[in-house]
Amino acid sequence: MTSQSMSKMPSVKFGAGIWRAIKSIGLLRESWVGMMGASLVLFWVLVAVFAPWIAHFDPNASIQPFAKPGTMSSFGYTFWLGTDHMGRDLLSRIVWGSRTVLFYAPLATLSAYTVGILMGLQAGYRGGLVDDILSRISDIILSFPVLVLYIIVIATIGASGFNIVIAITFASSPGIMRIVRGLVLDLRNRDYVAAAQTRGESDWRIMLFEILPNARGPLIVDACLRLGYVIITIGVLGFLGLGLPPPDPDWGGMVNETRQMAMVFPYMTLFPCIAISSLILGFNLLADGLREISLRD
Amino acid sequence: MALLLLKRFGFMVFTMIVVSIILFMLLETGLTGDPATRVLGNFASDEQKELWRDQQGYNQPVVLRYAKWLGHFATGDLGTSIRYKGPVKEVLLPRLWNTAILGFWTFAIMIPLSLILGVLSGMKEGSLLDRGISVFGILTTSVPEFASAVFFSALFVFGLKWLPGTSSMISGFEFKQLILPVMVLVVYDFGYVARMTRASMAEVMTSQYIRTAVLKGLPYKQVIIRHALRNALIAPFTVIMLQINWLLSGVIVVEFFFAYKGFGALILEASLNNDIALLEACAMVAVVVAVGSQTIADIGYTFLNPRIRFS
Repeated sequence: MTSQSMSKMPSVKFGAGIWRAIKSIGLLRESWVGMMGASLVLFWVLVAVFAPWIAHFDPNASIQPFAKPGTMSSFGYTFWLGTDHMGRDLLSRIVWGSRTVLFYAPLATLSAYTVGILMGLQAGYRGGLVDDILSRISDIILSFPVLVLYIIVIATIGASGFNIVIAITFASSPGIMRIVRGLVLDLRNRDYVAAAQTRGESDWRIMLFEILPNARGPLIVDACLRLGYVIITIGVLGFLGLGLPPPDPDWGGMVNETRQMAMVFPYMTLFPCIAISSLILGFNLLADGLREISLRD
Repeated sequence: MALLLLKRFGFMVFTMIVVSIILFMLLETGLTGDPATRVLGNFASDEQKELWRDQQGYNQPVVLRYAKWLGHFATGDLGTSIRYKGPVKEVLLPRLWNTAILGFWTFAIMIPLSLILGVLSGMKEGSLLDRGISVFGILTTSVPEFASAVFFSALFVFGLKWLPGTSSMISGFEFKQLILPVMVLVVYDFGYVARMTRASMAEVMTSQYIRTAVLKGLPYKQVIIRHALRNALIAPFTVIMLQINWLLSGVIVVEFFFAYKGFGALILEASLNNDIALLEACAMVAVVVAVGSQTIADIGYTFLNPRIRFS
């Protein structure tokens, strides 16, 4: 082992890692696309966090049906976005709905990543039979049209937030596994891995502390894209009537409930659609900005 | 080449068998709840359920039932739909045909559009045109199909009143009713294909032989058309074939939204109504189409790329 390759060994000090992460967020300034994405995401995160202070009404309370946007309510507050057919304030429902989506989407993505990373590390690092089996399983799951898979799984196990997380984990962890496996195949022959093996570190320690941190770049970009896609999935399931059970606000479900009246009351369907599209756009722009920056250096 | 064909075909059959086992376990065994309750409803009495199980052969061993089911399936007997009160095949085939029409027009518009945009932006990486097209692509892929269907309906149906809002084709086939569904599918899908084309084109443009062609004084147009495009369009072929898989998901949303009587709406209906035989047939068709298009993509790629074909 040469001294040069020794100096390339990553410093896995925790504090240094956090400092680097903060610095790389600062790097985002160089990409206006990434900045726009980050601000959209930040906007919705803030809305979700401060939901009780932004929304004046209970999102499930029936107050005054079919109020046009801007109507004053008898309580002295304005329905800025109007109310739906059940008399619920649309602004409050959209604001509280952001909590739903920003809770389940990251949760499902995280769960899919945990499974996908563990499978990918095993397949890439151990190779052989483990790799063959895991790769075949993921090939089969990936060959299924995603939404057909979701519909069958949700229709059989029932629609609930937890089941949506399970279905998304099942359908998207194979894709993550493939990416991780490819990265591991490239990284496992590096000198620092050989050094760790020589030191006698366990396989799990090598996988999680030597290989995984060095594969983080492409994974972070992919996670952003996938978050956007998971939000689409949750929205589509809600729209098809397979999402979170009513009455709690869910953007896709709101579109489903009000679309029959879109001819007369288009704002009821338009506002939730704008909300979900802007959040997804935020994640996709952020991913594009991050990719641009990671390609630069 | 023959070995590769055989391998791909073998994998195709293997996938379908595994999927059929998973489907069977999900829908026909007690793994996810009693099928008798699912079909007869929560209020059926125990005697009714037992009678139904006996009639449908649910009291036989699972392996035997699976073998029988697979045998029926392979010989073209898809069973009876509970909701439509008739053979599944008669319900399924017209629906598939309708979706094929929808898919045909989507691809007929999406492929030229995404290839042209992808090639234009890949020709000069980082140019203003390239950035513009790529941001536009991100914008359109960020809007879920149901949302763009809402936006387009608001604009073209309620606003301008140019197009009909539903595509149920009750009074015969009408091309006008096809425009909005196709538009929604194209807008959602083209961004990804354009992006892949761009990547492929950008890679080709940095290769040695393009530099040679430019340096020997060929007109730029000729460099692009005669040298770059041929190689740059191999990868998009695979991507477009794989897009069929995405389209199968997209048509569910679009057909549901526009009340189009197609395969996507049928599969949703079947699952919401617990029409087990119909759902199984639909899911198997979806897998056959998806895996079949992937196999064609793989074989086509090998055939188009001489470096793989001759090795």
